[in-house]
Amino acid sequence: MSDTKDAPSAAPIELVAFRIGAQEYCVDIMAVREIRGWTPATTLPHAPAFVQGVINLRGAVLPIVDLSARLGLGAAAPTERHVTIVVQIAEQVVGLLVDAVSDILTVTPDQMRVTPDVASETTRQFVKGVFAMEGRMISLIELDQVLPQDQREAA
Amino acid sequence: MSSDALAQLRQTFFEECDEQLAELESGLLQMQDGATDSETVNAVFRAVHSVKGGAGAFKLTTLVSFAHVFETALDEIRSDKLEAGPSLMKAMLRASDVLADLVSAARNGDDVDAALWRGLADEIAGFCGKEKAAPVSAAAPAGFTPEPLAFTPQPLAFTPQPMAFTPQPMALPSLTPAPAAEDAQAGGGLRILFRPRIELYEKANDAVVLLRELERLGAMRVTCDLSEVPPLDALDPHGACLGFDIRLVTDRDEQAVREVFEFCEEDCDLVIRREAAPAAEAAAAPDPAAILNALRPAPKDTPADPPAAAPAAGNPAEPQAADKTAAKPADPARAAEEAAAQRAAATPAPATIRVDLDRVDRLINLVGELVINQAMLAQAVQGADGARDPAVSGGLDELDQLTREIQESVMAIRAQPLKPLFQRMSRIVREVADATGKKVRLITDGEWTEVDKTVVERLADPLTHMIRNAIDHGLEKPADRLAAGKPEEGVVRLSAAHRSGRVVIQISDDGAGVNREKVRAIAVGKGLVAADAQLSESDIDNLIFLPGFSTTEKISAISGRGVGMDVVKRSIHALSGRIFLKSRRGQGSEFTLSLPLTLAVLDGMVVTVDGQTLVAPLSAIVETMSLDAGRLRAFGASNAVIADRDGFVPIIDTAAELGFRAHRRVEGGDKGVALLVESEGGGRSALVVDAIQDQRQVVIKSLETNYGRVPGVAAATILGDGRVALILDVDALVARARGAATEPLLAAAG
Repeated sequence: MSDTKDAPSAAPIELVAFRIGAQEYCVDIMAVREIRGWTPATTLPHAPAFVQGVINLRGAVLPIVDLSARLGLGAAAPTERHVTIVVQIAEQVVGLLVDAVSDILTVTPDQMRVTPDVASETTRQFVKGVFAMEGRMISLIELDQVLPQDQREAA
Repeated sequence: MSSDALAQLRQTFFEECDEQLAELESGLLQMQDGATDSETVNAVFRAVHSVKGGAGAFKLTTLVSFAHVFETALDEIRSDKLEAGPSLMKAMLRASDVLADLVSAARNGDDVDAALWRGLADEIAGFCGKEKAAPVSAAAPAGFTPEPLAFTPQPLAFTPQPMAFTPQPMALPSLTPAPAAEDAQAGGGLRILFRPRIELYEKANDAVVLLRELERLGAMRVTCDLSEVPPLDALDPHGACLGFDIRLVTDRDEQAVREVFEFCEEDCDLVIRREAAPAAEAAAAPDPAAILNALRPAPKDTPADPPAAAPAAGNPAEPQAADKTAAKPADPARAAEEAAAQRAAATPAPATIRVDLDRVDRLINLVGELVINQAMLAQAVQGADGARDPAVSGGLDELDQLTREIQESVMAIRAQPLKPLFQRMSRIVREVADATGKKVRLITDGEWTEVDKTVVERLADPLTHMIRNAIDHGLEKPADRLAAGKPEEGVVRLSAAHRSGRVVIQISDDGAGVNREKVRAIAVGKGLVAADAQLSESDIDNLIFLPGFSTTEKISAISGRGVGMDVVKRSIHALSGRIFLKSRRGQGSEFTLSLPLTLAVLDGMVVTVDGQTLVAPLSAIVETMSLDAGRLRAFGASNAVIADRDGFVPIIDTAAELGFRAHRRVEGGDKGVALLVESEGGGRSALVVDAIQDQRQVVIKSLETNYGRVPGVAAATILGDGRVALILDVDALVARARGAATEPLLAAAG
């Protein structure tokens, strides 16, 4: 984005913000491949509870992660109004099931605040940092943690 | 050149090597069977020569040295100086094996033990020593000897020659056109101006060999053009400074001459002209040296030109056209057009193209999408009013037909003949026959049968193992064969054919057949079957597929490599294939493999399990039966069995195994269907599903790309409604269920 090597932290980044229940989260827009409506998924046997199943994304088999369940906020009851954010994590493409996309933000990395020291291990595990914007708190998701560890190794 | 481009060239070279090696071996096998026509011998020579040439370019000296000895011997066979007797042919075939080894060592960058090839090189060189007549060739320089032990690469053998000439201007009387006129009058005279560039020598080609080759086409007169030879103090000993002015009287056409230079056309300046009449010749080319000089920069101007597009593209019907570059026609535009037309005529349309496998796979994926989309469209229209319109339904039918055809054509791109695989087997047969001291003849049939590339590749190991087994265990020792009234030489037959949408490969031998008492005794001894088990003959034969079974009492180097027939069976299963053994005592055994033509699609049974749609591979299903209360028997605490023709088969609750619901006993009152499957190890099980929906071909999609392995699931597919359906891994399901049956506590925890 910027050629200035001495101030990499100043380079603005864009984030896609979305809602899960009443909370707001975001992911780096560079990881987002597309955003699509919800479609029923095919259940995967022996999968963790937060893996909704797999759907057909133009011929590729795409696993869907219920982000609400993954963050420990309870399993989502998906409806037509839910949204799937298709993200690229390393070599894999995964769909994240969220309530709705709320915003596209332009921030600089130095605006990011460290994750508040809350007790919940789950929350700290998946949140890289938080942004404070116009009175809202938006948490940046650590995408690498979203898929279960063994699944990533197996692939 | 960037290292990337070089790596790519290298890759292409090795790919071509594989083709040349296959060509070489099949040619040698034909020669062994008595084919002595020059076509075959030439093809074999060309194959070795191409490997050598390419190897030279990549400075693979070992490969060049060995190929050189090989080539020398072939050259002598070609020129009838050496007779291709059985012992020589045997050595030649071994040489082709060694050459293949050297190529693969070079590809992997491995060091090669000189003992591997030097002995054989000496042996072949020994044959050359006994040539029928001393090589008499006017063009042979003193520096060149066919002494095969001289492993110095060709350029070195040739470089001393320029030194032998006094670097003084010489009168070259033969350059005057007079003798050419005589030749031209005598018959079809060709004037060939040939100036090798240094690249030619660097690729281990030799001008002398080429000249000698030319001589075989007719009466030849060669004049060496020394005009480029610098004074001695300025002489680059590695440089190329000689040109050759050749007059050839031959009844062969220009194409034949061009073929001689086939491998080095890029690396030399070459003009071939028909000397029609002295007058025309004089007008067109007053001085060959001038032409050579004029030619020099030409290849640099058009570096992108392929070799076949060299100025004088051969067209016998239009001999004067060859003069194009020397004598420019008036209209340059027309000339360009003609040259293009000639180029097209000179290079026959290539029979094959090299395509990146990724591109083919992308195409296959897209066509898979098309098939799914077509099914979805058809489903949507059926529900709508459009279905009543004959134009719509007719169009849909046609679309269905077309997509199916496209799919088949695309799959055919990946299809490859089994020939290279079968050729590898002939090598295995030679090796094992040598090692065991048995006499074996391999008969192959149906080697042009085409199968998916991956299937061909993954068949290599199991097939090798089975061929080894057939010779090592199947065939008797020569003395035993004679005692049994059989010919000393055993026969192993390898055949392939398409049969109802699958490929069937059979490996049979005329050996002793399975020793059933022994097999049974071993199986009982190893606790694989009960001592009092009732086994049919075919049951006993198939015991050899059980894990942990191996009939050799002593571990032999050939088949006893720690892998048994169970591994073979597992690899065949992994390809959705099946394997059977049929054996007759004293007459031999026959293994039959039945494999799918492609791994991209699968014949499956679409079933419903607990509301989910799943696909069971048809290859695993033996039969289906209803869950009839009369057939079901409770067995133990949580298990049940179902009666089939031969006995009782354990029941597996598919839904429970996949974790869709808690484990419970399947009862007679349940609705559902049992899929009788045969799994690894030969055992039967009955998978219980709720209903069978359909039986159809499905496109296989990977689950592992974006997710990972799922126990009990082999892959996924996309059905006509656009939803993903999982393909069951029957073997894994059965193994899991069996594990659960013995260790219920662990299974519950897992």
